Amino acid sequence: MTGHSHVELNEVVRSYDGPPVVHALGPIDLVIGRGEFFSVVGPSGCGKSTLLELVSGLARPSSGSVRFEGKQLQAEVPDGVGVVFQEDSSMPWLSVRQNVGFGLRTSALPQKEIAERVDHAISFMGLAEFADHYPAQLSGGMRQRVCIARTLVLRPRLILLDEPFGALDQQTRLLMGDELLRLWRETNATVLLITHALDEAAMLSDRVGVMSARPGRFIDMVETGWPHDRDSRVVTDAQFGRLTARLWSSLREESLKTMGRAA
Amino acid sequence: MKRRRAVVLVRAAVLAGSILVLEACCRTGIIDPLTVIPPSAMFASMIDRIGSGELNESVFSTFSTILLAFTLAIGCGTLAGAMIHRSTRLRDVVDPLLASYYSVPTFIFYPLLVALLGLGKAPLVVLGVLSATPAVVISTLSGFDGVAPVLLKLARVHHLGPARTLWWIVLPAALPRLFTGLKLALSYALIGVIAGEFILSGTGLGYDISFAYQSFDNRAMYGTMLFVLLVAVIANGFLYSWEGRLARRRSRG
Amino acid sequence: MSGLSLESARASPASRRRIRAFDTVVLILSMLALWQAVGSWTSGVAIAPPWQTLVYLLGLVRTWMFWDHAAATLIAFVMAFLLSTLIGLALGLILGMRSFAGEVAEPLLAGFYTIPKVTLYPVVLLIFGLGLSAKVAFGVMHGLVPITLFTLGAVRNLSPVLIRTAKVLHLSPGRTLRWILVPACMPDIVNGLRIGFSLSLLGVLIGEMFSSQRGLGFLLVNGMAQHNVPLSTAIVTVIVVVAIAANTLMLRLGRRTAPRSVH
Repeated sequence: MTGHSHVELNEVVRSYDGPPVVHALGPIDLVIGRGEFFSVVGPSGCGKSTLLELVSGLARPSSGSVRFEGKQLQAEVPDGVGVVFQEDSSMPWLSVRQNVGFGLRTSALPQKEIAERVDHAISFMGLAEFADHYPAQLSGGMRQRVCIARTLVLRPRLILLDEPFGALDQQTRLLMGDELLRLWRETNATVLLITHALDEAAMLSDRVGVMSARPGRFIDMVETGWPHDRDSRVVTDAQFGRLTARLWSSLREESLKTMGRAA
Repeated sequence: MKRRRAVVLVRAAVLAGSILVLEACCRTGIIDPLTVIPPSAMFASMIDRIGSGELNESVFSTFSTILLAFTLAIGCGTLAGAMIHRSTRLRDVVDPLLASYYSVPTFIFYPLLVALLGLGKAPLVVLGVLSATPAVVISTLSGFDGVAPVLLKLARVHHLGPARTLWWIVLPAALPRLFTGLKLALSYALIGVIAGEFILSGTGLGYDISFAYQSFDNRAMYGTMLFVLLVAVIANGFLYSWEGRLARRRSRG
Repeated sequence: MSGLSLESARASPASRRRIRAFDTVVLILSMLALWQAVGSWTSGVAIAPPWQTLVYLLGLVRTWMFWDHAAATLIAFVMAFLLSTLIGLALGLILGMRSFAGEVAEPLLAGFYTIPKVTLYPVVLLIFGLGLSAKVAFGVMHGLVPITLFTLGAVRNLSPVLIRTAKVLHLSPGRTLRWILVPACMPDIVNGLRIGFSLSLLGVLIGEMFSSQRGLGFLLVNGMAQHNVPLSTAIVTVIVVVAIAANTLMLRLGRRTAPRSVH
């Protein structure tokens, strides 16, 4: 979709020493272009979250290489990468404003600019009214917005989201999807979204990777062809139905495998 | 809101009612005045003793001992808890010990401590520390356990070094449970020191009560007793409500 | 699945248990060594060294006097514990079910827990005189409150879902109690009993130390007064061993009634 590769995985494998030895993920070959919105769907336990941890630098591959902006990752999160986790990572002892500004605590930026960025992120995510509230006073969806706002202030070039809306109800999810698209356009960042919701992936992304059951490997890559300034109303387009159908037909068998394994 | 107020009112009524009943029983002789004196007399005696300065020396002695034991317990306990948390191996060994610790009546060591350290502050402080420290260790371990793993990942995403992770994420996240440890430490240190003074000591509020009892001076005994109980209830109550406020700010709803 | 649970089990459970067994033995040996050091360094003036204590103890258990005193403590303790249990369970049950009464009473009980109860001893002695009833009263004073509080908590925390499930399954009240409510409350109640056990014992012992002519507590204080250091040390050892054994037993019992939770 866009020219240069931003994230590159080559024959990445992740396994855990036992006993027993668990082959969790791979081999994975993946290239994500700069500014691309790429989603990964797959049955539970297939290693989607592991993939995100590898791309973020929170975990190291057992073999193969992960490159971000051309440089191989060491065992730490590189600069310019923002992560929104599945669990609520808002800090209950800080107000919304303090949470959002947390990432800039260590920066050398002047106070005025920090305040500006924080205010911008807060209003962008629709949290202005609650800036001095504490996370405990907010709903789950708003807390996730706080976490997203916190990522936003750092102007990341790569945004990783691990099932960020998993705990939310469907309607909130759809609206948060729109927020995410706005964020993507505002920051011009590359986005990697892990989700179990096929409709979410089909609606939001430029490209969707379908993962097999464990050990996760890509069994299908689907280009959505959506225009750049889209929102959740693409669901009315017939293409949406076709995309979701294709995702499910690739995924159904893998999901059955996982269920059979679990049962 | 209405219910909470009702609860508080009923509680106050129950307390006040019990005191009134006790007062009535003592005054009318249902309860032998040689056994228990009326609450009003207890209160008067307490005020007298405080006012006359008779208690000053004991108060200073007891409270300084408690404070010392408390501070040592917090310091050693938090440090020990942090060290044990870092080492899985150490923790595996220590966990069963901690689980059994409070089943042993630590108090039985007190005569041994006196024989070892002589009569005076030292065995009292040691007893207080022995009573309070494990609670701090347990609370510290619990606190560090309770730090959500996602917050530690967050620290790495924001490139916080180990010191900053500890200071900015781990300690604030663990604070409610650490505070519980603080509250328990005060409670146990207070109980340990006063019990020690009671059984075997030359100074302090516990000794005063014991001495008054053995001298058949009921008035003095009850006055001092009331003072000690009030201080214990107020100090613990203060920490307890502080703890509640801390928890409420952070809890869901 | 953002948690990296697979990574944390570095060593296998079996080897961890072996290491722990080894470490525990090392710990016990070091404690014995410390005991020995303190004993000999103070030339047996305060505390008798381990071997001497053991020898003395073996001699002691053959005397009638020891068992006479031990029986006195045991009788007082059993009575105190039984009373604490019966009253505590009943009170806890009532306060747990009547939530208003429970809310009123709980801080009062918790407050009583933090008072140095030893200051109330003279009152107990004045009321009960010196003797068995005073010792039992001390024991109950210490053991009653935790049992009540734990039972109260267990009953109050019963999820309404359980009762609804029982209704849906058309269970009689007796069966609801036996098959659902009692097992659900068991873990907390057993915990309360365990703590009540230790504290009743503590209460009885302190009572004996302060004001009795019979019992292990009396032997302990008497031993110190007569500078019979081996006796005091032996008594302390017996109490410690019995307390830890009882506690460990009750912990195991508690674990069997509790559902298989993470800890």
